[in-house]
This record gives sequence, structure tokens and C-alpha cells, in this order.
Amino acid sequence: MSTLAYDGGAMLGRQLRRIRNNPGLLILTQTMPITMLLFFGYVFGSALAMPGEQYRSFLVPGLLVATAANGIMTGMFQAAQDTHRGVMDRLRTLPMSRAAVPLGQAVADLVVTAAGTVPFLLVGLAVGWRIEGSTLEAAGAVGLLLLFRFATTWIGIFLGLLTRNEEAAGQLGGATFVLPLLSNAYIPTDGLPGWLRTVAEWNPISAVTTALRDLFGNAPVPDGAAWPVAHPVAGSLAWCAVLIAVFAPLAVRRYGRGER
Amino acid sequence: MTSTYAVLSEGLEKRFGPRNAEVHALRGLDLAVAQGTVCGLLGPNGAGKTTAVRLLTTLLRPDAGSARVAGHDLLRDPAAVRRAIGVTGQYASVDGDLTGRENLRLFARLHRVRGPAERAGELLERFGLTDAADRPASTYSGGMRRRLDLAASLVRRPEVLFLDEPTTGLDPASRNRIWDAVRELTADGTTVLLTTQYLEEADQLADDIALVDRGRVAHTGSPAQFKSLIGAHVEVVVTDPDVMVKAAAVLDQLTGAEPSFDHERRAVAAVTRDATLTLPRLVRELDAAGVPLLDASLQPPTLDDVFLRLTEERAA
Repeated sequence: MSTLAYDGGAMLGRQLRRIRNNPGLLILTQTMPITMLLFFGYVFGSALAMPGEQYRSFLVPGLLVATAANGIMTGMFQAAQDTHRGVMDRLRTLPMSRAAVPLGQAVADLVVTAAGTVPFLLVGLAVGWRIEGSTLEAAGAVGLLLLFRFATTWIGIFLGLLTRNEEAAGQLGGATFVLPLLSNAYIPTDGLPGWLRTVAEWNPISAVTTALRDLFGNAPVPDGAAWPVAHPVAGSLAWCAVLIAVFAPLAVRRYGRGER
Repeated sequence: MTSTYAVLSEGLEKRFGPRNAEVHALRGLDLAVAQGTVCGLLGPNGAGKTTAVRLLTTLLRPDAGSARVAGHDLLRDPAAVRRAIGVTGQYASVDGDLTGRENLRLFARLHRVRGPAERAGELLERFGLTDAADRPASTYSGGMRRRLDLAASLVRRPEVLFLDEPTTGLDPASRNRIWDAVRELTADGTTVLLTTQYLEEADQLADDIALVDRGRVAHTGSPAQFKSLIGAHVEVVVTDPDVMVKAAAVLDQLTGAEPSFDHERRAVAAVTRDATLTLPRLVRELDAAGVPLLDASLQPPTLDDVFLRLTEERAA
């Protein structure tokens, strides 16, 4: 275990140094949700039945979760790039913990996500979003958000190790953009046709978004929703537990096996 | 027995691809590399050299066969193998987004070297990378990158160092630098297994050569033994194109090998296995056959000759 912690720490340091040396991608991924907040908040907000400010409050948790879901793409891209460039192979020849490499990547991603949440929420405050619940609940919301990001990153790492293809990761970016559209991140689901509403509410993004809205006090839990949305905190924890329990072992195993 | 060999493999097999379109990359590779020596795995592209290295460095699992590296069983104790080896290859690379110094410090930490920063500084100095130490490795030239790769394999002195085509694509100055570094290592007692397509490289560095062809070791021996496998390279240049065939007949008789023609230079060449053939005898025989000569030469074979001969023989 101490080997894992030591090697994982070294890999975390590596990932953070990479970002410091090459901050372009980070800046791009951090400005994207802010742009979307302003764009959706004012353009769509003007056309919806909800008043603009209320919609922007509704939208901030949704965009936080939608951005967290992008962990699939960033996780995949980095793992594929490391494999493609031969870094993974060199690490595999070292006498180090097998789990440390994917774990270091997932934890580094978490640090970056946590840091990126701050400017986004500041812009959120500027456009009318507020923490309307208790500080403890707000801290719980952030914790849940990071847990969700951790889960999606493991999906991405597994896919990246599986495909070893950076271009595929780029194309998946389009798919991860669609995922939040099929959820309650940008719109309430109660207006959707029955079957689509069911699909959207079983989307993990919906459970986590609802939990954040509830914990931040931005919007109440909707009535008559599917179980994960009706019980958003339990639903989110369950989704994250399932995703991590499935994809973290798969990713570690895939890393250890290489391409044998 | 095993302790005297740093690398010992028996019947290593590896297949790639789907079941109906398999590529049989290794078909029973037997290899024995004595401790403290340099073994050159020599072979054309696709012979299985890189697959062999990937198996021996725990990156791939063999489909059949067994191997011991630095005394540790490859399949039963891959972790112990990893503790004993260093790997530099075109596929196993340093991190381009980190600086040279950051890379070496990272690898030193992962190898549990005490004082990783000092060790990184030493290696940067030794490989002439101090000036570029704090630039991202992605900005390095090919030669610098390869030196950094090699340095990264040496953060802790490995018992066995694997070098997969260490100088492919490098200019002569960079290549010599890598060669010098390898010679220094072997002087310290490190065993080196290197793959190369360059016969000169094997000739320069290797104590023993294993010729790999279609997934098997086709031939082993020292560079000198390889060269003595076939006698000398004979070439004659004649005055008149019409006598080239006559010259070839004489060469055929003397060498027992089929001569080759270079019509532009009016030259006829052959490789002889007969070690007793001398230049005066060659000239006498040609003169007796009435072949007017411009030039004649008898040269010890290069490894290229050996290589071509051995792979052609196997293909035939």
C-alpha cells in the first residue's frame, strides 16, 4: 500500500508538472464551461418559461456536472496519448505499483477539476447563482461533484488504455457533449415525452445535477421522477460507486496487462 | 548454470492478431547472453527482434516458452525482472511534456534512488544535456531525445540493459555518443542486449551476435566468427565488357559462389568461402584464362555480406 501511495504520488506530480509545462489544453477546458454558462444562460435563458436569473441558477449545477462528465474524454485522451507515445510502456518496465499510473492520473485530474471549479463558480455568482442552502450542504455538493468526476475519469482511462488512440478520444468529445443533452443538466425533464424522460432520468448526470441543485438550494427535487433523481444524493452515490467499482479495476487490469 | 547467463530464453513464441489472420512473430526463440557481455540481436525488419525485447522486458507475455532475466523467471516473478533491468526503445519513451530534468527525477524516484535530484543532475551532465535540462523533452532533437531515453534507463544501474535500435535515425556524432555510453556501461559490468539493423553497430559493440530471422535465432557467434563464415569479397574489373562472362566463369570456379555483375563499372564480384584464396592466385588464374584486368581486389567480408548470405540461404 505504501508503494502505491509513493508511486501514485510520483505519478500525480508528473501529471501536474505536465499541465504546468503545457497549460494550453487546461485553459481551453476551463474556459469552455464558462462560455457555455454565458451563452446558454443568456441566449436560452431569454427564451425559456423560467426567468433568466432563475434559469442561470438552474444551469450552474447542470454545467458543473456536464463538465465533470467530460472526464470520460480527458481521461481517455491522456491515457491514449501516454500509450501512443510510449510513456506507458516505459512505466510498465519499472518496478512500480501497477495501480499507481492510472490512479495518479485520476487524482491529478481531480486536483485540476477542483481548481477549475473556483473560477466557474465565481462567474456563476456574477450572473446570479447563489449558495442558498447551508455551507455543509454546499461542501457536500462539491464533494459529490468531485466523486462523479473521479468516476467518469476512470471510464475514460479504461477506454484510453483499450483504444490507445488519441483521435478516437477526440471524436468521443462529440459524444460526451451529447450526454448532458439527454439529462436534466440544461432543461427540466418533466416536459419530455415519457420514454425520453425515463432515459434522461436514468442518466447519471441527472442524479448528480439534481443532488447539486438540492444541496446548493437552487431548485427542489422534481416530483414523480425516476428513483436516482427522486433520491438524488443516494442516487448519485450509487451511480458513482457502480461506475468506480466497474471501471477502476478494469483500467488497472488493462494497464497491468499491456497489449499482451 | 543460469547464474552465468544474464538472459536465457527457451522456445519463446508469440503470435499477434486474430485467430484466423495470425502473425507468428516469434517461433521458438532460444537465446543465451552471458553476464557482462553485449549481445547484438541482428535482423531485418519484421524478424522479431522488437517482439523478443518486449517479451524479455515483461511488456508482453509469451504464448509459449520460458526465460530468465538476471536470474529471475520472467513469468513467475516479473516484478523482480523489472527491478533488474533498464529499457530504452523506440516504443518505451520518456515524457515529452516534462523537461529532461523532470523526467530523470521522476524515474529516479520511481526506482527509489536516494537523492533523485542529484542523480538527475549527474546524468544530465554525463549525457551532455545540462544546457537543455529545463526544456520540455518534446523540444529535443532526435539525438538528445535518445540520450535522455538512455539516461532514464540508467537512473539506477541496471543488471541488464535492453536497447532496442538505440541509434536508428541518428547522425554519426549522436550515434558515437550513444556507443561510447554503452561501452562505458559494459566496462562497469552491465549486460547489454541490443537490437540493431546496422551491422556496423553490432560489429562495434557486440561480443556476440544472434542473427534473428523469421522469429528464430538463425545463427550465433562473435563478429569475427560471423565474418569467417564466408571467406573474402572478391572483385575484378575488366577492360572489355565482352570478357566479363569469361571472368565470371573463373570466379565461379575459384569461389564456388555465383558471381554478380556490375555492367557499368565492368566489374564482376563474388564472395568466397575458400580462406586459402590469395590475390596472386586470382590474378594468375584470370591471366591464364585470357582475361585482361584493370583491377582486382580481395577483401575480408563485411557483416553485410554475412548477413545477406545467411538470410538468403534461409530464404532459399
